[in-house]
Amino acid sequence: MSHLRYGYVAGPAIGALWALTMAVLACVTVSFATGQGLRPSALSALAIGAWAGFAMLPAGGRPQGQRLAWIAGLALVPLALTFLVRPAIAGADGTGSGALLIAWALFLATGLLPLPMIMKELPFGAATRHEFEDAVIRFLTGFGYVFFTAIVAIPFYVMVMTSLKNQQQLIQNPLDFTIDIGQGWGLFRSYVELFRDFDFGTYLWISLVVSLLTVFITLLFSVPGAYAVARLRFRGRAAFSRSILLIYMVPMIVLALPIYIAFSMTGLRNSILGLVMIYPVTTIPVALYMLQGYFRGLPAEVEEAGLMDGLGRLAVIWKITMPLSLPALASVSLYVFMIAWNEFLLAFMLLDDPSKFTLTRGVAMLNSSEVPRQNLMAGAVVATVPIMVLFLGLERFMTRGLTAGSVKG
Amino acid sequence: MTIATPPRGAGPLARREARLAWGLLAPTIISVALVVVLPLLSIFWISVKPISLADLRPPAPVVREALRGDTGAAGDAARLQYRIRNSSRDKPITGVILTDTIPAGLQAGELDPRCVLEGPSLRCDLGDLDGGARDEIEVPLTVAQAWLDAGSPDPEETAAAITGRSDNVLTNLQFSGENFARVFNGDEFWGVLWVTLFYTVFGTVGALLMGLFAAMLLNKSFKGQGILRGLYLFPYVAPVIAVAFTWVTLFDPFSGSANALLIQMGVTEGAINFFGERPLALIMVTVFEIWRYFPLSFLFILARMQSIDTDMYEAADMDGASPFQKFWYLSMPQLLGILSVLFLLRFIWTFNKFDDIFLLTGGNAGTRTLTVNVYEQAFAVSNIGAGAAVAVVIFCCLLAFSYVFFRYMSQEEGL
Repeated sequence: MSHLRYGYVAGPAIGALWALTMAVLACVTVSFATGQGLRPSALSALAIGAWAGFAMLPAGGRPQGQRLAWIAGLALVPLALTFLVRPAIAGADGTGSGALLIAWALFLATGLLPLPMIMKELPFGAATRHEFEDAVIRFLTGFGYVFFTAIVAIPFYVMVMTSLKNQQQLIQNPLDFTIDIGQGWGLFRSYVELFRDFDFGTYLWISLVVSLLTVFITLLFSVPGAYAVARLRFRGRAAFSRSILLIYMVPMIVLALPIYIAFSMTGLRNSILGLVMIYPVTTIPVALYMLQGYFRGLPAEVEEAGLMDGLGRLAVIWKITMPLSLPALASVSLYVFMIAWNEFLLAFMLLDDPSKFTLTRGVAMLNSSEVPRQNLMAGAVVATVPIMVLFLGLERFMTRGLTAGSVKG
Repeated sequence: MTIATPPRGAGPLARREARLAWGLLAPTIISVALVVVLPLLSIFWISVKPISLADLRPPAPVVREALRGDTGAAGDAARLQYRIRNSSRDKPITGVILTDTIPAGLQAGELDPRCVLEGPSLRCDLGDLDGGARDEIEVPLTVAQAWLDAGSPDPEETAAAITGRSDNVLTNLQFSGENFARVFNGDEFWGVLWVTLFYTVFGTVGALLMGLFAAMLLNKSFKGQGILRGLYLFPYVAPVIAVAFTWVTLFDPFSGSANALLIQMGVTEGAINFFGERPLALIMVTVFEIWRYFPLSFLFILARMQSIDTDMYEAADMDGASPFQKFWYLSMPQLLGILSVLFLLRFIWTFNKFDDIFLLTGGNAGTRTLTVNVYEQAFAVSNIGAGAAVAVVIFCCLLAFSYVFFRYMSQEEGL
């Protein structure tokens, strides 16, 4: 570890890793954007990065001439590797020079320009622990942003772009996500097919109704329950508030089997009513748990004042507790809505009749060899977009709702 | 003189409060009992039953009614034919009874000895029907003018009712240990258990570490922090079915972009079947699990990080602590509570996870976990009893986890 803590070791090391990351990033980005193959070379990219990392170290008392001579001399290594072995980014067969040029520009810009910032305070010689670790952390931060953004954005990008292409294009070059804007509305034909041939309008509507009903029933059950656990004294209160979370740990598949049997025998299978009977019960425990945490934080005096003025308990809940806890109710509703909207297992097992599918069940139906991929991806987009829009619009509530209840101070 | 003693036990007010509390909790308790506790108990019952998917439809007698012969004029002779069969091929039905109403104006002739006619209502006692057996009853009729005047009401309009008792595997007292023998049989069970443990342990730890990393990245305010946070939550918020199919499309061995990219980049020569090869498929579903659930860990860890007092870090700065020292000696002890809670919760949830693997590989290529095995046994092999037996195994594991969970949860977070 201590050997690393010299600027002339750490600088090139960080530079090399950064350049490699950016070379891969440039290749992936340009490939996904243009559909043309690009080949990064780890050795050359590392060499370029190491050289740049060395060149960008501060002078640190060395004579200027000697420093430049070193930099110029060492530049021969990456140059030699580039021209003799393989360049850091090369085109695959049939890759145009335009794509190659863009990739190189992207690589040089992202691979070299941030380096001075990463190694801002790193001296040439022995670095203190602070200086060294700061540089490492800045590198890791940059790497982290790139890494997380890539792993989250790439599947989303693929999902949306695949839905806008057609089967033939997809098989011809799976990497090509360029779309022809010139075809206008024709771009969205897989969505049109989805709503025209696969009845997705109905599924969207059913999903919405089921989710809203689930939210409503969950609140109807969990608000009084949460109030009782938070405010009223009774024997077994502590045990109850603990064991309610146990319900959340029962795997759905274990419940789904007996529910499937019972619904088959009572004829509730294949009905929306059956789903609406089950969904809320899976969300009530967690809603109750989240709400009781919030109710505990509300001042009991306000409620007591209400009781003194002659309100019954139910009226207190309705007129005092609920208005005071609107933010918590919003979080819980959003969370429950998300669970109900995304629920797949029960819908998959209990619904067989295509006229009664929820959206997730409808998308599952599209996963067959007869339905082209772009329709499946269009279905995925249709299922994802409403919940994403809702979520991004109310992200503040969502974040709070998800973390409420189980995180204390 | 009276000695004042503090009241003992619950007073009337306290009793009223307790009654109210149970009243408010009653809907929750009842619904949870019906949908969670009852199925859980029934799982144990089903797991010792030799029951398959086909047994869910109990054998029932089926009747088809037809009016034959001339019915055009008064005095015409016709006959009402009932064809009865057992819907099951191998299970008998006992005490089969047919009832029907014959419209006024159709006079019945000589009846089958098994039938009696009281007014318009016909009742036939058919006795027992063997598996796959068929039977037939004919009622000779004479058409009267009254029937024609009434507009010739079709006798088939009043549907014939038929009842019978059949032995239902679900409710009888026939038990067998075959399901458990089947589940624990041979190497398969240990293979499944190993896959489950691999998936659970690495999925949980991976998601926690990734979540910790992401939380550290976002634990500072900068422009666009909110957008990045929203973006990073996408894998968790999007429906599992959408992201799972996206991964399948992305990693398809024939037309997947990931393979095309890797081949173009010169990483591999030929296409890799990511979700179809051992042991790659198991690694891929674990990676998917990490990818999908790191947002949850990150959200909880970030919330905890933002509530840590900053004074401590300033003091550490004064003392010359380096960034890594600050992280290891100050942040980590503060985060340990939430990390251990998250670990236990995520461990249990990952253990329970079904949808992800089911959608990605369907449990093939060495990715069959216990939960997928439930589905596999119950629906793919159509042996519901064996599926229930696997479910019982899962349930027992969960009981053990819950015990650990509550021991540590109560210590860590004072739940």
